[in-house]
Amino acid sequence: MITVKSLTKRYARTLAVDHISFEVQKGQIVGFLGPNGAGKTTTMRILTCFLPPSEGSANVAGFDVLEQPMEVKRRIGYLPESPPVYPEMEVREYLSFVGKLKGMSGANLAKRVSEVAERCAIADVQSKLIAKLSKGYRQRVGLAQAIIHNPDVLVLDEPTAGLDPKQINETRDLIKSLAGDHTIILSTHILPEVEQTCEQVIIINQGKVVATDTVHNLQNRARGVESVLVEVEGRDSALDSKTVQQRLEKVSGVSRVVFREAHENRSSFEVESLKDRFIRADLARAVVEAGWNLNELHATAVSLEKVFLQLTGGEKVAPEVPAAAAQISEGEPQ
Amino acid sequence: MRNIWIICNKELRSYFTSPVAYLLLTMFAIIFGFFFWNSVGYFDRMSLQSQMRGQSFPMSVNEYVIRPLLSNISVIGLFFIPMMSMRLFAEEKRTGTIELLATSPIRDLEVIVGKWLAAVMLYAVLLLFTAANFAFLFKYGNPDWRPLAIGYLGLLLQAGGLLAVGTFISTLTKNQIIAGAGTFAACLMLWVLEWVAGYETAPWAKVLAYCSVITHYESFGKGVLDSKDAIYYVSLIFLGLFLSSRSLESLRWRS
Repeated sequence: MITVKSLTKRYARTLAVDHISFEVQKGQIVGFLGPNGAGKTTTMRILTCFLPPSEGSANVAGFDVLEQPMEVKRRIGYLPESPPVYPEMEVREYLSFVGKLKGMSGANLAKRVSEVAERCAIADVQSKLIAKLSKGYRQRVGLAQAIIHNPDVLVLDEPTAGLDPKQINETRDLIKSLAGDHTIILSTHILPEVEQTCEQVIIINQGKVVATDTVHNLQNRARGVESVLVEVEGRDSALDSKTVQQRLEKVSGVSRVVFREAHENRSSFEVESLKDRFIRADLARAVVEAGWNLNELHATAVSLEKVFLQLTGGEKVAPEVPAAAAQISEGEPQ
Repeated sequence: MRNIWIICNKELRSYFTSPVAYLLLTMFAIIFGFFFWNSVGYFDRMSLQSQMRGQSFPMSVNEYVIRPLLSNISVIGLFFIPMMSMRLFAEEKRTGTIELLATSPIRDLEVIVGKWLAAVMLYAVLLLFTAANFAFLFKYGNPDWRPLAIGYLGLLLQAGGLLAVGTFISTLTKNQIIAGAGTFAACLMLWVLEWVAGYETAPWAKVLAYCSVITHYESFGKGVLDSKDAIYYVSLIFLGLFLSSRSLESLRWRS
């Protein structure tokens, strides 16, 4: 649905977007992730035909943004960082103005305005001035405006910025409910947002794509290690956590064991594996063979936050440097 | 055409749902009312005197009231036009709604013409208020309506030109005050350019004088439809709108 090929955007002195390429399939929700100033907004502006690219091409819904911008604009809904609303208009009036701009009219438009207002939970403020709305409502009006003409592609620039936690959840749910009908690109620098809403992530830093993958794979890929939480209970005698730690460290494939806490007769540890080693079965066997009870054993996901910081250079890269991370450390002019 | 009307309609609504239009109309009505009152009062006194002197023909209302008042409107208009056009693009740029317009399937020129047309319509409403004053002349006197109609046409053309310049200046900035001040300066310059013709006869002075908006109003004010002057105003309109579209375009390449 969206194909971007070595897209580049230069401003007077800075290179905002540097030869990025990616693809988005129909019906997907893709998170566009990166620190502030990474080039997210610029890329989105190019996709929506607001800015022309300096080099490369972007194809949205089968049309090139430079050659057939009108066709692209007809098929794209865009919510910029601050919702593009006119404070002196009433919500309903505003939505039908946008609908008309997008080429709708008459009964069709009136019906769609009600539908969209219902969907974005702004039906109760339809006849209020936008100036009087709270930030959360305004954001939802912005979202309603983006979907009014039922576009194939939705581009949302930080749709949850500045909202309170409850509003953030509502907005996320709304966005999720829009997937399927629409292909969605949303940008954010909030990680849990991506973990919760998106199927696929494009991480971008200093104008370059540093990783493109599913959320799940990315978590594995950046580390390639398993992180396992183990809780051990002494069967008869009191449990010496030192002994347990030494025993666990001896299991093959374990790279390090971190003591978490001891409670009465129980101790828990965080065990990390070497790259591409699966250690859960061996850990379980080791504990049982040593005569202890295994209370708990589960793999904890490496949080996307860690991955993100590694990829964007905010944290030292782990010893086993994954391919994606290696790329950026070269690209960085530190 | 449809898109132009959508934009124009939206602009008119925002003029009239905010205090802007009412404030401008009220101020203009008061100022023009005062001019009218003075002008008619003076005419009254003068025609009484001329009657006492026993002149056989009554003084012409067209010549002594309508014509000077029309050029007064054209001058007062210079002060009001910046206030009408300064918002047009500066506000959209400031609030970011320009992104909505620029990413909708609508051409830049349609946006520009729509906005300019709305400003011209607001000016036309302003003129309606003056027409209410002139209506009294028709009730109590018997002036010729044709010079008045041509005078109004000239005023609309002149305002169209200046508003086009104002629209262009509004595309250059995010700040309404800057847009307003810039347009005011431009209007004022275009007004006083003709002064050079008073003491200089070189070709450059003629060119400058030609560029002045006021000189081209003289014929309209007299009730003469001179194509030369009409063409000047129409060119000014085209120039302003063309520059606006270039300016919006360059915004995309620069920003």
